[in-house]
Amino acid sequence: MAERRNFLPRSEFPRLLSELISAGYRCIGPRVRDGAIVYEPITGVEDLPQGIHDLQAPGQYGLEQTAEPRFFAWANGPQALRPLTFAGRDKLWTAERKADGSVEFAGESPQAEPVAVIGARACDLAALYIYDRHFMQGEHPDPWYTARRQKLFLIAVHCTHPSLNCFCASTGDGPRASYGYDLALSELDEGFLIEARSEKGERILAGLPVKKASAEQIETADREIEDAGRRQVKGVPSRNLKDVLFARLDHPRWNEVAQRCLSCTNCTLVCPTCFCHSENDVPSLDGSRSEHYREWDSCFTQRHSYIHGITIRPDTRTRYRQWLTHKVGSWHDQFGRSGCVGCGRCITWCPVGIDITEELAAICR
Amino acid sequence: MDKKLRVAVHKFSSCDGCQLAFLNAGEKLVELFELADVVHFAEAGIVDPDAPADLAFIEGSISTHEERERIRRIRENTRFLVPIGACATSGCLQALRNQADAARWFADVYSDLSKIDHLDTATPIAANVPVDMELWGCPVNTRQVMATVSSLLLGAPPRDENEKICMECKRKNIVCVMVAQGQHCMGPVTRTGCGVLCPGIGRDCYGCYGPAENINGDSWGRWFEQKGMPAERIARRFRYINSEAEAFREAGKRWREKS
Ligand code: SF4
Ligand code: SF4
Ligand code: SF4
Ligand code: SF4
Repeated sequence: MAERRNFLPRSEFPRLLSELISAGYRCIGPRVRDGAIVYEPITGVEDLPQGIHDLQAPGQYGLEQTAEPRFFAWANGPQALRPLTFAGRDKLWTAERKADGSVEFAGESPQAEPVAVIGARACDLAALYIYDRHFMQGEHPDPWYTARRQKLFLIAVHCTHPSLNCFCASTGDGPRASYGYDLALSELDEGFLIEARSEKGERILAGLPVKKASAEQIETADREIEDAGRRQVKGVPSRNLKDVLFARLDHPRWNEVAQRCLSCTNCTLVCPTCFCHSENDVPSLDGSRSEHYREWDSCFTQRHSYIHGITIRPDTRTRYRQWLTHKVGSWHDQFGRSGCVGCGRCITWCPVGIDITEELAAICR
Repeated sequence: MDKKLRVAVHKFSSCDGCQLAFLNAGEKLVELFELADVVHFAEAGIVDPDAPADLAFIEGSISTHEERERIRRIRENTRFLVPIGACATSGCLQALRNQADAARWFADVYSDLSKIDHLDTATPIAANVPVDMELWGCPVNTRQVMATVSSLLLGAPPRDENEKICMECKRKNIVCVMVAQGQHCMGPVTRTGCGVLCPGIGRDCYGCYGPAENINGDSWGRWFEQKGMPAERIARRFRYINSEAEAFREAGKRWREKS
């Protein structure tokens, strides 16, 4: 494996973008917007967050500019692959009443353009594995997800700068990327180690002015990734917590966390493995036409558990408990693993800093 | 539909801004006038306040004796009654007097009180007569009012948009101004419907759509209290535009007691 790694000097990095663009990809990469690193269209390496570090704590996120040369010296921002595959809102179909009184349904045919994502992290690729199984590999593949997913070209970056909220090492999902990528990068001060994992990736790699990576470069890169795992301060037990959680449905901690939780849904909507959605119709004023939409939903809303006049989970205690017992408990029955890949987003982007690792520690102690 | 739906738009103590959700609707307004019989809508020039209606939208709060009588008559003449906007659903700014010495405020402002008909409180419509649903917002928008009209025209119950602003924020990939900038965003306690106007331009939500379902104003306030925000300022966040909405009123009272 090591000898297959190539070195791309920093000065040649723009070539990667131009190769992708000439291969027909629209490039999405990390860039700073509104005080956060977001994944949005980029047109050149000058858009990348060079020298930027992130500061994450429960309920807090900030950026800091340094003079360092690196583009990827930070951990995940608010979103990455999720909105690129499972969009916040999609129109599914339109119904129209014809002059003769009949109703005609017209499904949208999902279109996607080829998109190259630069800088996918291990946690998000592990989450993509779950999304792929959920949306694409079941009996009824989701056409919207599938269309977008099949057009993705993924360039992973192995993590070297975990945030204080990252805990992928304890879930076994990072910091080294292991799923779904076409190319993977390890960033060094002087450039990048680059390896291909797919034919598409090989084709792009073939157009780049790479050299053979030195043994020293490979050693430095590997050490930085290992250190990134060791430096993580948070963690969750790696065993299946389903039985222990379901045996403690009356634990007093559910009440305590409900005192703090805003039931605001942020944790679930930033989570790269959450897939809940609801559907609704937007009729025209005269009722001759109606558009049917799917949009992100969450187990923290009232309608999520509304069935025939009854809201099964009317309060925050039962909603938070539903979230956690599913995410790291019954998820095992569904997917053969926990639904948490350790990205830490739910901790950072919870407006009141509720920490899944602390809650699990308190309940499963 | 052989008989057209009779629609009325009434005004009480308010700035008239919510009625603009109809007047600024463009083609939809024309369509509404074709599909329905608009029996009263003074701002659009149609005046018949006592006309019976199938659907009445009520803008404004109840602030005078005359208004208290008039809303009762309208209720009797109306099948489905929908207060629209912060004044009608929670009293709005004029209800700030409910927290103060209203008599003194009036004496400070008006030289001749004998010409002023006023109640000591400004109250939401639902505090005066039974209502069938409420549309929140300061002001409400065209999408909201037209969605309600079209549902009712089709005989379907209108959707209660009771989720939190945060959800729409996330669907739109807006970077959270509370987490990334420490702004005092009320999105996690506020009802959706505005389309995330404020965080969408990088500022904090100030709760003009009123409380969402199942809010936790104590936790929201504690977060900022720990960061040094005085309890009275936290109280004022809740007792502002929607000061008489129960969940905001009670949260605000608890914070005021602490200050
Ligand atoms: S539960 Fe939290 S830490 Fe785990 S994958 Fe979801 S957002 Fe990331
Ligand atoms: S959780 Fe791991 S893979 Fe994800 S950003 Fe943090 S260090 Fe990187
Ligand atoms: S845990 Fe945090 S982010 Fe999740 S619903 Fe509760 S307050 Fe919101
Ligand atoms: S900006 Fe405000 S409304 Fe948006 S997610 Fe953050 S707290 Fe919620």
